[in-house]
Amino acid sequence: MTKLKTQSLHKRESALAQSKRQLEILSNGIFQNGELPKFKDKIAETNQFPLKAKKLEILQINVGYMCNQVCEHCHVDAGPDRQEIMTKETMKQCLEVIKNTGAHTLDLTGGAPEMNPNFRWFVEEASKAGVQDFIVRSNLTIIKANKKYYDLPEFFKKHNVHVVSSMPHWTKGKTDKQRGDGVFDKSIQALQDLNAIGYGMPDSSLRLDLVYNPSGAFLPSDQVSMEKDFKKALMEDFGIHFHNLFAITNLPISRFLDYLIASENYEDYMYQLVDAYNPAAVANVMCTNTLSVSWDGYLYDCDFNQMLELPVNSKVKHISDYNEELLEGRNIVISQHCYGCTAGAGSSCQGTVA
Amino acid sequence: MFKTYYDPKDLKKFGNISEWNEELGAKFFDYYAKVFEEGALSAREKSLIALAVAHTIQCPYCIDAYTGDGLQRGITKEEMMEALHVAGAIRGGASLVHGVQMMNKVNKLDG
Repeated sequence: MTKLKTQSLHKRESALAQSKRQLEILSNGIFQNGELPKFKDKIAETNQFPLKAKKLEILQINVGYMCNQVCEHCHVDAGPDRQEIMTKETMKQCLEVIKNTGAHTLDLTGGAPEMNPNFRWFVEEASKAGVQDFIVRSNLTIIKANKKYYDLPEFFKKHNVHVVSSMPHWTKGKTDKQRGDGVFDKSIQALQDLNAIGYGMPDSSLRLDLVYNPSGAFLPSDQVSMEKDFKKALMEDFGIHFHNLFAITNLPISRFLDYLIASENYEDYMYQLVDAYNPAAVANVMCTNTLSVSWDGYLYDCDFNQMLELPVNSKVKHISDYNEELLEGRNIVISQHCYGCTAGAGSSCQGTVA
Repeated sequence: MFKTYYDPKDLKKFGNISEWNEELGAKFFDYYAKVFEEGALSAREKSLIALAVAHTIQCPYCIDAYTGDGLQRGITKEEMMEALHVAGAIRGGASLVHGVQMMNKVNKLDG
């Protein structure tokens, strides 16, 4: 078993830290020699090219790449060594948009969003806008990382935040292999803390959902079956409740791409994704109803495009120039990583789409 | 002449067997799909049975397919190995239980 790295690709000065290098890999080799079709050509077969942005439903804001964990498959290349953090000024620009957007969901992500020094202020202000669904993607261990975070469950409750947390498996071995030693035990404690104040309990309005992504070079199974297995195991072993499980496919970028190449699984994985291509999933991919805002305020079709530094194809590039009407109908920027969102039942930050 | 009897890429071509007998091929794959649906046994349990059987019949394609299927379903390596030991126990037991026949014969001829 390979030992989990403790530094980001950026800190290690890996060639794969550069988005340009990742995009080269995704466009060359099996996609250049015609072994596999490019995503653009694949969706053109069913007249779905170009993909167009529909009405905005989800505004996803990445408040920084700093994280207390260094997960093996992180598409953000997040970690304690990342310094990219959203400033209060950019947050204020985001708040102007949040107040006026027609989007029903606000989705805060990172890194560990809670590590942004202005996180609590931002949540307090954003919650005043009355967005229907206010998500914070919490890695759970942050709640147990330092006493200054111990009250996060109460803070989330106070602002009616919908907590969405990663949990790659219901066993310690598989979870710690992907997310680091001790992550499983801390995650269980954090889930118990959240349950104790009502999060995830049956009939509770305090939403607690888990995100499952595979621990290796394979695709997720059926989301409904996985949810059943997670619920059974977490209840029997730890008495834990949660609402829904979102099954997410690992996209071949950043640290997961690094893992695929190092483990000599890259080509087989791309074959798996292309073999499992589902045109029905294309119609509902998240980039068509989501907008991703980076820590420095730039706009992307999704969090993955943000990490690949593929900005929106629009005159509007930055949150300070935000214009929902101008952004609607834009052509979505695609590459071969997009196969990750169209495999099988599809994949998005809200789970399957088909 | 091929240097090996098995090529992993052939697994993806399994469906091609219908090309030479469409009716029976279709019936087989319909049956196959139905067998693995959730029923009195869960799809997860069926996957583990398939993995154990795959090792019993020593089918490289099946081992490849049901190891991957198990991982996708969240089946742990400990569960997989236990399933294999069930296969091994039955297979070993099948040899050893015939020892009774041997003992009967020895006892009759030389007891």
